Amino acid sequence: MTGYQTYQDFIQQNEDRDGIRFSWNVWPSSRLEATRLVVPLGSLFTPLKERPDLPPVQYDPVLCNRPTCRAILNPLCQVDYRAKLWVCNFCFQRNQFPPQYAAISEHHQPAELIPQFSTIEYTISRATCLPPIFLFVVDTCVDDEELTALKESLQMSLSLLPPNALIGLITFGKMVQVHELGCEGISKSYVFRGTKDLTAKQIQDMLGIGKFHQQQQPTNPQPPAPGQPVPAANKFLQPVHKCDMSLTDLLGELQRDPWPVSQGKRPLRSTGVAMSIAVGLLECTYPNAGARIMLFVGGACTQGPGMVVGDELKNTIRSHHDIDKDNCKHMKKAIKHYDGLANRAASNGHIIDIYSCALDQTGLHEMKSCTHLTGGHVVMGDSFNSSLFKQTFQRVFAKDSKGEFQMAFNGVLEVKTSRELKVSGAIGSCISMNTKSASVSDTELGIGGTCQWKFCGINPNTTVGIFFEVINQHNAPIPQGGRGCVQLIMQYQHSSGQKRVRVTTVARNWADATTNLHHIAAGFDQEAAAVLMARIACFRAESDDGADVLRWLDRMLIKLCQKFGEYSKDDPNSFRFAENFSLYPQFMFHLRRSQFLQVFNNSPDETSYYRDLLMREDLTQSLIMVQPILYAYSFNGPPEPVLLDTNSIQPDRILLMDTFFHIVIFHGETIAQWRKAGYQNSPEHENFRQLLQAPVNDAQEILQTRFPMPRYIDCDQGGSQARFLLSKVNPSITHNNMYGWGQTSYQTESGAPVLTDDVSLQVFMDHLKKLAVSSSA
Amino acid sequence: MNPQYSSVQPPQMSDQNVLCLQTASENVYNGINSQQIAGTPKSEYGLHPASKQTPFHNYSVPICYSQNGLTPQRQQQPLCSDFQQPKFTTAVPPGTQFHPATVSNKLTQHNEELHIEPAGPQYSPLTRYSTPHPTDSLQRSGVGESFSPGLPGPLKKLPAPSLSQQMLPGGRLPFPHTSSDHYGQPQRHYVSQTDSVSSYGPPSYSKIAQYPEHLNASVPSSASLPPLPHQFSNVGPPKVNQSMNSFSPNNQVNGPISGGPLPPVSGVQSPFPYTQSLQQPPREPQYPAVPQVQMGAPAISHQLRGMDPNHLPSSVQVIEADRKERSGTFFTSTKGKVPPLVTTDFTVKDDGNCSPRFVRSTIYSVPTTFEMLKQTAVPFAITISPFAKLKEGEQYPPVSNLGEMGPVRCIRCKAYMCSFMKFIDGGRRFHCAFCKGITEVPHEYINHLDHMGQRIDKFQRPELCLGSYEYLTTKDYCKNGVFPKPPVFIFMIDVSHNSIRNGMVKFLCDNMMQVLTSLPKEVGAPASVVKVGFVTYCNVVHFYNVKGNLVQPQMLVVPDVEETFVPLLDGFFVTVEESQSVINSLADQIPQMFMDNQDTETILGPPMQAGLDALKAAGCAGKIFIFHSVLPIAEAPGKLKNRDDQKLLGTDKEKTLLIPQSNFYNNLGQECVTAGCCVDLFLFPSAYIDIATIGEVCRLSGGQVHKYSYFQTEVDGRRFLEDLKHSVRKTVAFDVIMRVRTSTGIRPTDFYGHYYMSNTTDVELAAVDEDKAITVEIKYDDKLPEEDGTYIQVAVLYTSSGGQRRLRVHNLELGTCSQLAVMYKNCELDTIINYFSKQGLRMVMEQTPRYIKDYFINRSAQMLATYKKSCADYSSPSQFILPDCMKLLPLYVNCLIKSDALSGVFSYALFKKCKRKNYSFSFQHDLDPNSTDFPKTMRCSIGNIQQNGAYLLENGIHMFMWIGMAICPDWLKNVLGIEASDRINVDKISLPQLNTPLSLRIHDIIESIRKERQRCMRLMIVCQGDKLELIFRRYLMEDHGTDGSTSYVDFFCHLHKEIQKLLS
Repeated sequence: MTGYQTYQDFIQQNEDRDGIRFSWNVWPSSRLEATRLVVPLGSLFTPLKERPDLPPVQYDPVLCNRPTCRAILNPLCQVDYRAKLWVCNFCFQRNQFPPQYAAISEHHQPAELIPQFSTIEYTISRATCLPPIFLFVVDTCVDDEELTALKESLQMSLSLLPPNALIGLITFGKMVQVHELGCEGISKSYVFRGTKDLTAKQIQDMLGIGKFHQQQQPTNPQPPAPGQPVPAANKFLQPVHKCDMSLTDLLGELQRDPWPVSQGKRPLRSTGVAMSIAVGLLECTYPNAGARIMLFVGGACTQGPGMVVGDELKNTIRSHHDIDKDNCKHMKKAIKHYDGLANRAASNGHIIDIYSCALDQTGLHEMKSCTHLTGGHVVMGDSFNSSLFKQTFQRVFAKDSKGEFQMAFNGVLEVKTSRELKVSGAIGSCISMNTKSASVSDTELGIGGTCQWKFCGINPNTTVGIFFEVINQHNAPIPQGGRGCVQLIMQYQHSSGQKRVRVTTVARNWADATTNLHHIAAGFDQEAAAVLMARIACFRAESDDGADVLRWLDRMLIKLCQKFGEYSKDDPNSFRFAENFSLYPQFMFHLRRSQFLQVFNNSPDETSYYRDLLMREDLTQSLIMVQPILYAYSFNGPPEPVLLDTNSIQPDRILLMDTFFHIVIFHGETIAQWRKAGYQNSPEHENFRQLLQAPVNDAQEILQTRFPMPRYIDCDQGGSQARFLLSKVNPSITHNNMYGWGQTSYQTESGAPVLTDDVSLQVFMDHLKKLAVSSSA
Repeated sequence: MNPQYSSVQPPQMSDQNVLCLQTASENVYNGINSQQIAGTPKSEYGLHPASKQTPFHNYSVPICYSQNGLTPQRQQQPLCSDFQQPKFTTAVPPGTQFHPATVSNKLTQHNEELHIEPAGPQYSPLTRYSTPHPTDSLQRSGVGESFSPGLPGPLKKLPAPSLSQQMLPGGRLPFPHTSSDHYGQPQRHYVSQTDSVSSYGPPSYSKIAQYPEHLNASVPSSASLPPLPHQFSNVGPPKVNQSMNSFSPNNQVNGPISGGPLPPVSGVQSPFPYTQSLQQPPREPQYPAVPQVQMGAPAISHQLRGMDPNHLPSSVQVIEADRKERSGTFFTSTKGKVPPLVTTDFTVKDDGNCSPRFVRSTIYSVPTTFEMLKQTAVPFAITISPFAKLKEGEQYPPVSNLGEMGPVRCIRCKAYMCSFMKFIDGGRRFHCAFCKGITEVPHEYINHLDHMGQRIDKFQRPELCLGSYEYLTTKDYCKNGVFPKPPVFIFMIDVSHNSIRNGMVKFLCDNMMQVLTSLPKEVGAPASVVKVGFVTYCNVVHFYNVKGNLVQPQMLVVPDVEETFVPLLDGFFVTVEESQSVINSLADQIPQMFMDNQDTETILGPPMQAGLDALKAAGCAGKIFIFHSVLPIAEAPGKLKNRDDQKLLGTDKEKTLLIPQSNFYNNLGQECVTAGCCVDLFLFPSAYIDIATIGEVCRLSGGQVHKYSYFQTEVDGRRFLEDLKHSVRKTVAFDVIMRVRTSTGIRPTDFYGHYYMSNTTDVELAAVDEDKAITVEIKYDDKLPEEDGTYIQVAVLYTSSGGQRRLRVHNLELGTCSQLAVMYKNCELDTIINYFSKQGLRMVMEQTPRYIKDYFINRSAQMLATYKKSCADYSSPSQFILPDCMKLLPLYVNCLIKSDALSGVFSYALFKKCKRKNYSFSFQHDLDPNSTDFPKTMRCSIGNIQQNGAYLLENGIHMFMWIGMAICPDWLKNVLGIEASDRINVDKISLPQLNTPLSLRIHDIIESIRKERQRCMRLMIVCQGDKLELIFRRYLMEDHGTDGSTSYVDFFCHLHKEIQKLLS
């Protein structure tokens, strides 16, 4: 640790190596002190962070012998090379090396003992390789144009799949059709009524796949044991190489749902039953195998279980307002339905993706658990014909440098901790596996009560927030060794079908907060803390009232300021924050007004969508979501990041804002006029053309790496689309500034650059300082 | 044996027949046969008293009496009776079968009533011997029996020939004896009287009681002399014949064949002379003998008993006569004119009343009071076949379109404008013929009247000059006020293992296109607008999308059988033209796809429901064709249990098998009606399939059940295909509401047929086609005015196969009468029997077979008794008098009772449709190779069959070709392409198509017969002596059934007895 210049470097390097960032990098040595830190001790962990440099390890990990521990041999273990012994750094059990490690010596170490490989990945070669399974669930109640675009995308995707991948197709409208693949001369499908909730058993019986299921289940609760043959592909799921032609034709012949939709009605759409059948189908044919249910939906479910809205157009789909007023009769039932499905899918290791493309809401709010619990993608767009959808969908099948899918299946993350530490929960796209161990804390934060979580769908970006609790008593000495350890073990099915285990072992120093608070303060990672706090806030917002969450956030912020600020009592102007805390209030400011916590102007679907992504993206992306970044392009110099502030809006500037969900290119007034006049087309204004092009190029770069594709907005100052930018910037220029009026702008006047009731950062900060220094607080 | 046999029976029968006929003829056939009768019978009687007696037993007491007189003593000895029995049994095994206890009861009764019987059995022989003991009639009977033993050979022989001789001359001509006969008859009367007086009569077997045992039994009971006389007087004469019958078996046994030599016997019987006059000589008895012997014993025995069946009223004869007389054009304008028989080939010219093809009434002259009608027991009913097929050359009811105005109707009873309406007030108002109300004529419809009070446009408007016509309707007449869409046909194929295995699926699919080319079209339309859809099912339902623009058909499986639904609309119903290629490939695919289907448990309810839903969803009426092969036992709605229990058939519990086991199909049927969905079932069972239950759907929805047991493509394929094509092709009307309006005083009360009624007046039918008819029973409320006619208007609102909502109106005017005689003269037996059969079918569900049988017998007896009482009162009470119109009543009623549908031999037989024609008609065609005419039909009795002939028998459902042992080898070669009769392969059922004139001719004949029937009948080739012969025998309606049912002769006698009972 001493090798690092600053904590910044330390944090950065740790992240690069292990994919993990802690809110505190020096840990208080007692429970009491830990709670007084305000920001909980937590980490953002990216289990499958892309690490092309990892050595291929083709053997099994060495486990601690103690049955309650089973930690994996890691660089932090003490090793007695002569005795061929190693000491578990979690339980201090002395373990004999297995026979194949006989040749071990100080100079001849296995990779897992080399400190630089604190993260290492084992490939379990014994396990059977299962090809990935893709089950398309396609909504046919969409316009012909939409359907055509969707069909093209689906057909295209066939070429992206490995030939051995199994594929299936379910279409739905008023009815649900499960298509049999690979039949010749006639295309067959099984049709289900869209209004009848079928149990898994019924579905299996009706599809004629039930018996297989019953035989298999008792003997095979876990992934297929080695040597067991891969289950024969049934008629609904066929290898791509066998059926791509017929499936292409089948997709080509897909027709819009033929049932007539009368005036004033929505088409009858049986999303709920379709999902139920998809889940049931996979559940009994390929339990515990990596599978993706890909739901393409162009509208809200209007009948049967999972109904979001009735088919009468006069009944509008629920809004946040309705939810607050408890005025949406279908919601609770629908949520229950989808929750049930999500849990079933997740417990079988199946992923549910939702690709929702419609101008209105499609019920993501109800279906959020499907993607959230299974780690499936959620994509929200306006049209299947948009590049947003097309490219996003294409990117689902993105491959890494080795030509393998970046997606991974059916992961299980286990956390092991030193004795002084326990894990209190996780927040992310996962479900609890309800595994108790010595590392499990009694207090829960997020999904707690377990040391194992299931990540059905996981990709290199997937990041989970894991929270820890220090349980060392206040009067106890600083724990042995001076460092606390955490081991994170991720077992998953690689897209190639291999079973892999990635192990990350990290350690941090203990410090006595009463005496060495500054050490601890120095180890504060404000970015990680902000993201973790955002996650907690979102997690709470799911169940609590929005206002409560905001108040909680405020209280936490104020407490943090009080704890770590330097100030004289009751003198707001004396308030100072250390550098590694300085941005935190700003993050909180933007978080408060973000779409994650403010539902105003957002539909329930959007809110669910945004929160879902916040829960899974890595730190950098999450920060962008919380506080968008803004670049300015002008003739005055190279592009530069500027404050997310109304001040940054200048007539002769082009702004590029990235909010993760949107990419906005904002042309200042003058630039917009020039552009309108067509100067960029004349050769003598080549530089203007280049100026216009620069942000576009940068935007393209972002677009190409981002998943899901952000919405790309090109707008001019004063144009309607500019609202995307104006809603995000700090409203520092208000009526006040412009006209010399009072403090805050509660009046709306036409001249104001930003018409908002929100307070500006300045006001926020002033207020914060005042409260922080107040002796009465 | 032989001699007796042949000789005895035929003559006797004939005599009796003659008698009856004569009486009948009094009314009807006056002139015809009188001469013959007069001449022959007498002579015969004179010649063969004994023989006569036997025959008389059935009919006319006189004979018996005479016998009795001769043979009283014989009867006394019980021993004798015993003797006889053994003979019977031994000699004629079949005869033994008849003994049933039931019979015995009757017999005893009869005995009491009928004195004549005893004598009958004994016949000539008896008479001879019996003479000694005149005292007890009972004894006589016994004696008679005893005698027969004693004298078996010779005696019998003797009488027989004599009879035969007598018969020949008169037999044919029963009817002719009109008044003259009567006068001739007086003798009989005397005889009878004498009998009664003498009270020998006791021997009565009321029944034609065949069994010696019964006789014995009866004897004691009847022993009480006193009752006998009474009965005697009334019943006596006919019974004699019956007894004869009973006896005849003996005769048969003894001397089956050669009847010739017997003359002496006849001489023996003194009484005959009297009777002779009544009796008319039958044909020569001889020929039957030979074949009979060889044929199964049972049949023979029946025939031989008693009278010669050939001299009973013969359907062949009646039909032939009517055909000769009434062929040609039939004008409908005359009020109350009885139409020709349904068998007659006539052309109808509609000029005021509807064609009898559409509506037929049981009576064309309605008695003015209900009391009168009630007394006669003649039903007043009309049989309506609103879409009956017309003969070539007949005019379809013209369609008129009155535009927005719609049809003109009586404001009060809503009757439609017809030629019976009287215009008054210069044409501004009209007087309703039905309710007598007065209605303003709509402005657009007013026209001037001529000096006769007729509208001047009378002949421009069909409704003013025709009996049947159609209207295009306005929206008010449509369901939900929306004009209908063209109907759709759905083909639903069971693809479970059984259907695959028996080849049905493959066969059907191979011929699907052929079937589809015969979709019905509107008269004059270039192409059919009917759309088709396809479904297969085993334990799930498969729908097919065969939209024309698809490359290949799409199959949609609906695995949810609990709640079936229709998974698609677009592409399910297609026009054959547009989707021809897709349908073709579907037809190719289906057999392949299910080739290895191992599912044996199948469903039926769900596909039906789904089809119904499809129609509902599409908003059109239609027809569902279901091709099904096994009892639906899979877990699904409409699941059925196997409840087949052969033991129950024919018992009182039989009806439990005939009542649907669940009301699922019933409810479904009702739903079908409201949706205008007609279900046709084609069944290919190889085991019990419970038609009684699943057929409910068809029954209610106006569909039809076709059954092909043990289907084999080679054998039944063609038949099935023809039936299917017919079913697809025939004119059909959907979404039918029928309303019968009648003039005041009468009203329709009961409806028979396959329909559904949601209220009391409107008959609702999902569909009606040209083969379907509904019988409506009509009752009185008031006295009818004699001068005015009685009007009936049948209005049928329907959707045509072209998708037009139309109204078809049939009007019929019947005469009224205050004399029963007039009514009897204007009866229509075909319709009466139709009514009876439908009534019987309904009763099967509720009553025991025995009850039904008795009901028909009693009712017939009452009809005839009333006739006798009121119209032929002057006739002797012992005479059996039949009104001309009802000559065949006994025959038909007997056939009806014996028919499969009523006797409950098959529980499935219930699907009998409302046929206008009674299925009791059986024809035998003597196949004469060279003639070009249609072969002559023969009476349906084994007695007419010769060993060296080949015969064709059909009844609308079955068709048999019987080939005698002694058929000439050339014939075999030319027709079957084989060398000798013993090499006939019975399994090979179809006749080979040989290029010989004979073969061609036979095929022609078969084809033309099939064309006349609704179903393509399966041709079963029966070789003499082969197992199938038993079945064949069952359809020889005039003979004893193998199951103990009565022969025509027996029945005739029984009926006579009943009549006399009524009259006494």
